[in-house]
Amino acid sequence: MSRPFVTLDGTEAAAYVAYRASEVIAIYPITPSSPMGEFSDQWASENRPNLWGTVPHVMEMQSEAGAAGAIHGALQAGALTTTFTSSQGLLLMIPNLYKIAGELTPAVIHVAARSLAAQALSIFGDHSDVMSVRGTGFALLSSGSVQEVMDLALVAHGTTLEARVPFIHFFDGFRTSHEVAKVETLADDDLRALIDEGCISAHRARALSPDHPVIRGTAQNPDVYFQARESVNRFYLAIPELVQKKMDQFAARVGRQYHLFDYAGHPQAERVIVILGSGGETVEETARFLVEKGEKVGCVRVRLYRPFSIEHFMEALPKTVKAIAALDRTKEPGSLGEPLYQDVVTAFAESLSNGASKFASPPKVIGGRYGLSSKEFTPAMVNRVFEELARERPKNHFTVGIEDDVTHTSLEYDQDFSIEEADVVRALFHGLGSDGTVGANKNSVKIIGEETPNYAQGYFVYDSKKSGAVTVSHLRFGPRAIRAPYLIREANFIACHQFNFLERYNVLEEAVEGAVLLLNSPYSPEELWDHLPRPIQEEILAKKARVFTIDAYDVARQTGMGGRINTIMQTCFFAISGVLPREEAIAAIKHSIEKTYGKKGENIVKKNFEAVDTTLANLHEARIPDQVSSRRERPPVVPDEAPDFVKLLTAPLLAGHGDRLPVSALPVDGTYPTGTTQWEKRNIAQEIPIWDPEWCIQCAKCALVCPHAAIRMKVYNAEALSGAPESFRSMDWRGPDFKGLKMTIQTAPEDCTGCGLCVEICPAKNKRATQFKAINMKPQLPLREHERESYRFFLSIPELDRREIKVETIKGSQMLEPLFEYSGACAGCGETPYLKLLSQLFGDRALIANATGCSSIYGGNLPTTPWAKNGDGRGPAWSNSLFEDNAEFGLGFRLCIDKLAEHATELADRLRDQLGEELASALIAADQSDESGIHDQRERVAVLKERLAKMDAPEAKRLLDIADYLVKKSVWIVGGDGWAYDIGYGGLDQVVSSSRNVNILVLDTEVYSNTGGQASKATPRGAVAKFAAGGKSTAKKDLGLMAMTYGTAYVAQIAMGANDTQAIRAFIEAERYNGPSLIIAYSHCIAHGIDMSKGMDSQKKAVLCGHWPLYRFNPDLKSQGENPLTLDYHEPKLPVAEYAYQETRYKMLTKSNPDAAARLMALAQEDALETWRRYSTLAASFSPSGGNGKPN
Amino acid sequence: MDLSTTYMGIPLKSPFVPSACGPLSRDVGMVRALEDAGASAIVMYSLFEEQIQHEAQELDHFLTRSTHAYAEALTYFPDLDNYNAGPEEYLDHLCRVKQAVDIPVFGSLNGISPGGWTAYAKKMEQAGADGIELNLYFIPADANLTGREVEQAYVDVLAEVKRSVTIPVAMKIGPFFSSTFEMAKRFEAAGADALVLFNRFYQPDIDLEELEVKPSLILSSPFEMRLPMRWIAILYGKVKMSLGATRGIHDALAALKLLMVGADVTMLCSELLRHGPRRLTEIEMDMRRWMEDHEYDSVGMLKGSMSQINCAEPAAFERANYMKTLQSYERYRVA
Repeated sequence: MSRPFVTLDGTEAAAYVAYRASEVIAIYPITPSSPMGEFSDQWASENRPNLWGTVPHVMEMQSEAGAAGAIHGALQAGALTTTFTSSQGLLLMIPNLYKIAGELTPAVIHVAARSLAAQALSIFGDHSDVMSVRGTGFALLSSGSVQEVMDLALVAHGTTLEARVPFIHFFDGFRTSHEVAKVETLADDDLRALIDEGCISAHRARALSPDHPVIRGTAQNPDVYFQARESVNRFYLAIPELVQKKMDQFAARVGRQYHLFDYAGHPQAERVIVILGSGGETVEETARFLVEKGEKVGCVRVRLYRPFSIEHFMEALPKTVKAIAALDRTKEPGSLGEPLYQDVVTAFAESLSNGASKFASPPKVIGGRYGLSSKEFTPAMVNRVFEELARERPKNHFTVGIEDDVTHTSLEYDQDFSIEEADVVRALFHGLGSDGTVGANKNSVKIIGEETPNYAQGYFVYDSKKSGAVTVSHLRFGPRAIRAPYLIREANFIACHQFNFLERYNVLEEAVEGAVLLLNSPYSPEELWDHLPRPIQEEILAKKARVFTIDAYDVARQTGMGGRINTIMQTCFFAISGVLPREEAIAAIKHSIEKTYGKKGENIVKKNFEAVDTTLANLHEARIPDQVSSRRERPPVVPDEAPDFVKLLTAPLLAGHGDRLPVSALPVDGTYPTGTTQWEKRNIAQEIPIWDPEWCIQCAKCALVCPHAAIRMKVYNAEALSGAPESFRSMDWRGPDFKGLKMTIQTAPEDCTGCGLCVEICPAKNKRATQFKAINMKPQLPLREHERESYRFFLSIPELDRREIKVETIKGSQMLEPLFEYSGACAGCGETPYLKLLSQLFGDRALIANATGCSSIYGGNLPTTPWAKNGDGRGPAWSNSLFEDNAEFGLGFRLCIDKLAEHATELADRLRDQLGEELASALIAADQSDESGIHDQRERVAVLKERLAKMDAPEAKRLLDIADYLVKKSVWIVGGDGWAYDIGYGGLDQVVSSSRNVNILVLDTEVYSNTGGQASKATPRGAVAKFAAGGKSTAKKDLGLMAMTYGTAYVAQIAMGANDTQAIRAFIEAERYNGPSLIIAYSHCIAHGIDMSKGMDSQKKAVLCGHWPLYRFNPDLKSQGENPLTLDYHEPKLPVAEYAYQETRYKMLTKSNPDAAARLMALAQEDALETWRRYSTLAASFSPSGGNGKPN
Repeated sequence: MDLSTTYMGIPLKSPFVPSACGPLSRDVGMVRALEDAGASAIVMYSLFEEQIQHEAQELDHFLTRSTHAYAEALTYFPDLDNYNAGPEEYLDHLCRVKQAVDIPVFGSLNGISPGGWTAYAKKMEQAGADGIELNLYFIPADANLTGREVEQAYVDVLAEVKRSVTIPVAMKIGPFFSSTFEMAKRFEAAGADALVLFNRFYQPDIDLEELEVKPSLILSSPFEMRLPMRWIAILYGKVKMSLGATRGIHDALAALKLLMVGADVTMLCSELLRHGPRRLTEIEMDMRRWMEDHEYDSVGMLKGSMSQINCAEPAAFERANYMKTLQSYERYRVA
């Protein structure tokens, strides 16, 4: 039997089995389970058969609730069915989980277990989600390593058919789902052997069929519902034995033996930890280490958590046990204890009351929490828990891994305790997302795992930014299976792929004595030392590190690799680390290059080969003197003038020391100040735009399109220039308004991402040298100091009075202060320019409900948040509820505001005499249709508050609390197409059909961008996306048209790059419209596979070819007897292909399946023409007077 | 009426061959229509090695950019098993064209690297091409590059390709050699089976509003056939290679003139792009009519009859021609 060893991650291991054992797979993206669906869809598109020689049907649904419904149906109709999910997705499945289990339907759901959104969302791993479904009737089976995922996935698929009870097979999100490890793959015959054909036949026989009809899903009454629920008991009682039988069958065939509860440790252990998931690996290995040192400790790893078999649990425990700690990776506030703890306590209580206890005296049982949201769980923590168990009165309900200085639940532990073994190579790589470090390391793991007898493990840590993201790769290689699901704290090899990291981080913090440091540095081995910051020099000397250096970017340039240094640094690692003999390693790298890049063309392979060959000649060991020479210290993380909150909480997060923060440092309810990105100077741009006033035509487009508010315009009095730095640039303002004033376009040099959108959009050429414009990219480093001073001065220049600005123009809009700045969105992001515009136009009175997705991540992911405040302290108030409920969430804002505004009006009316007639009347009748009206009302409210403060009446107090609601508020409901078109569509439809004054902004990237590019119903025909690997075959949903059918909602479709004036007009009209408004904004995206600096050009072409119609539908016009639909685009003249084939999402299909590409492109062309026909007809027919529908 | 001719040793039923012009050969249906309209062979659009490499690099760049950088989106595209990142698309199409028609099909190749020239040529042969046209030109914008080096590079590429294939190879050249005749002899010595005169370069234009240099394609005008006509007239009978005429052939009269100076085939593009394949039938009928009217039995009879070696005024194809034009211009001004 061939069972090759391969390296893969937990998601692939699960999908490997699930795909082969299924006929129908319903999928929906959610981190970290998405890759399981992606693998399934990809394999189906490649026509890979399942165990029975047929290709499973893989179907993406609109939500996890939809996926659950679909699998329920498929199961009822008799298919072998699976799905994959995590976190909120599992919660959305709950109603169907009860149904599927209640009907005794065999199925397996594979869950990459993840935190639930509580005070904050977290994509990382814990058991909050699976613990929330333990009452559904699904069996819960837990895997703790990548190998176990593959093995127990099969046990689950095999057992469910025999047990008739559905299974959730879960493993830890990221820690197991995304760990790359060497595993033995199961053969198809292994799968066949454990999946009983007879049980499949029985499943088919129970299926709904008109050929043997039955009815299922009845409604029952008090007479029988109860009994019927009890009728399933025997199936649940049988499960433990069935699972164990399947595990035994597996062991007999494959050799790895699992039990419902696996015990490891001293045979006469006195202290035992009970645990689920990957933490079990850590406990088991630590117990083994301690046993060797003579301690009587052990570990029970829970595999089958539901049904919980007390009998098997007790059997697993040595009878010598005196104290047990049940560790839970979840939190249930207000409970008697977390679930596993309660189960263990109950198990002992029951077995004691049954008189069946094998223990001399009942062991003490304590419970503790660990590892929430992928918090590290290390041998040091395990050791501390064992120590606690040895105490006379061990702490119960403890936490470990954090410092709880508020309710003092935490156990302090010795962080230096380690069980790492000497013969394991432990390597850390600090890289940038864009330099390919992680990809190369995954490749190295593959090489070592698959081409040598060694075992390999790779785990990768990413930061929370989408641009300039820092990655740290943790790689272990050794002669035995690596069972260390925690980060490396003692590295013997450290690589730093970006020299400037040395200024920001102590990359040697984890280095052991004698470690090797590999630096990508622009300096020669002789020069290097003097360019290292002092703290790094000190670390090198203290740890006696050897230092190797290479100018990888230079090698990359020489060999045509551009900015990709991955292959070069990988070669260095192999050359220095000695994991493989050098020649063997080079051959293996080249072999791997051929495998990885072969399909992308010979030239790519050749360039990589050249890079490998050139690398060794450029790799040198650096001279290390015996003394520190540098005086350069690491600069402070945030400047002195930062607020206390930023210094105390944000700064440690920025420094990578968030783990050290105690509980008391954290807000109790998830509330954070806005405007904190300004304190994080990331300096990620190699080049920044510099303004050349000589050629500027003052169009303000550069500022408009800047995704990061890192290029801004100000118009100001000449007096403001007093004290300007010498390098500060200024020119006369040329417009008829603000005559005599000055203007400046200024870049924020340390916040700019260098995307180049501003330069591309600039229409003003330098007439003496047409390669230059009125704004040009220049290297950042030499300009940083001057431009920093200029920007600081620029910010100090007073803002114009909003009342004097014509906000409906591009120039006017850019005179407004952006209250969304320096986000961590991708460089060149197509979404954020719209949000920034929103913040400029309405930010000082906006509440924003933000659906989960890219915009909630760059908008609300710690450490810093980009929503900001103006000089008056006003700015957008922002919150993210969930993915699916955002429209309703935002509507709730409106309902509240309307009610409280109404009540404030009532109170003002009632208090008319005390407040003064004039003030009360003015407050109640205020016209707030423009900036002046809002300004005046704010002034009235200020007077009102002063007067109310002096009054004692309860109604006055009440009005004081809600007086601010008398000022007009602007409610914005923001999200991406995945939310608006798919998962949140029901709610969005509800809100659009209401009469409430909310504004919905759909940032339409035509794909689930945040989770990595899965198709949504907004994905256009012919585009390739995950879950549409063969090209999306159906046309894009016309969300705007659907909303228009109500006739009562304002609807606009916009594309800033195609028509910026129309976009601004749409924002203003939508906000002004006293009812629901929907703006659908074309947002170019990194997931389109385009040159992001040309994103606005893509938008333009999308409109020119008719793919993206521009229009505004304003019901107010209809009531005025005018045509409500205004088309803002013209009959398509550009072929769709000319737009589409500039984008990889379309182009790649021509490379993978040219015939399908041609067919779909022809249909896409017809879609564009049909859309034009439809809209032009509607524009003509909507008008009561039969308007001409001609475009503006 | 016998319109047959022989090109690179391959007998053709007429001298009308649609040239290596993109839109004409990109669609199998169009090639069939051209065959039906009387095309005696077809030269496929050019396979541009540079474009293939660029597209492969672009695909790799966009598929890998920003991957493994952010925990939720480790990639942005599905990892498909196969991409036609090389010349497969071209070769598949060549194969389909070859299967769809009975006339000879010539591949056209524009390479940039020595390896590219030979490898792609061989693949075209394997895909069924009856011959290969090397579309060889570049703009020597490097001041350090001598004319002799440029010429030698051309010859070397040809020799390499000839060594790698067994099918005939034509050289399509531009008119800017210092000594076209000498180059023709060198190409012949290097094994060229035909010389195709002359390539039309895409000349960039300037957009005065946008202040940008923009590529611009202008279809040929009838006057342009004069240049190949002169050089075919000069070369005819002095080289053994076949001679292909291309540029500015818009009607039967132009084709006749080129045949008369010695062309074995006349290659059309702009006229077919403007008017479609049926224009080929019209041109052929016009030619037949003219030949009948002027009592020519066959193309063979008129081929080379007005070449430099056969015409009454051989010097007319050289400098004298220029002098005469000036004189006639002077006369016109006086009048």
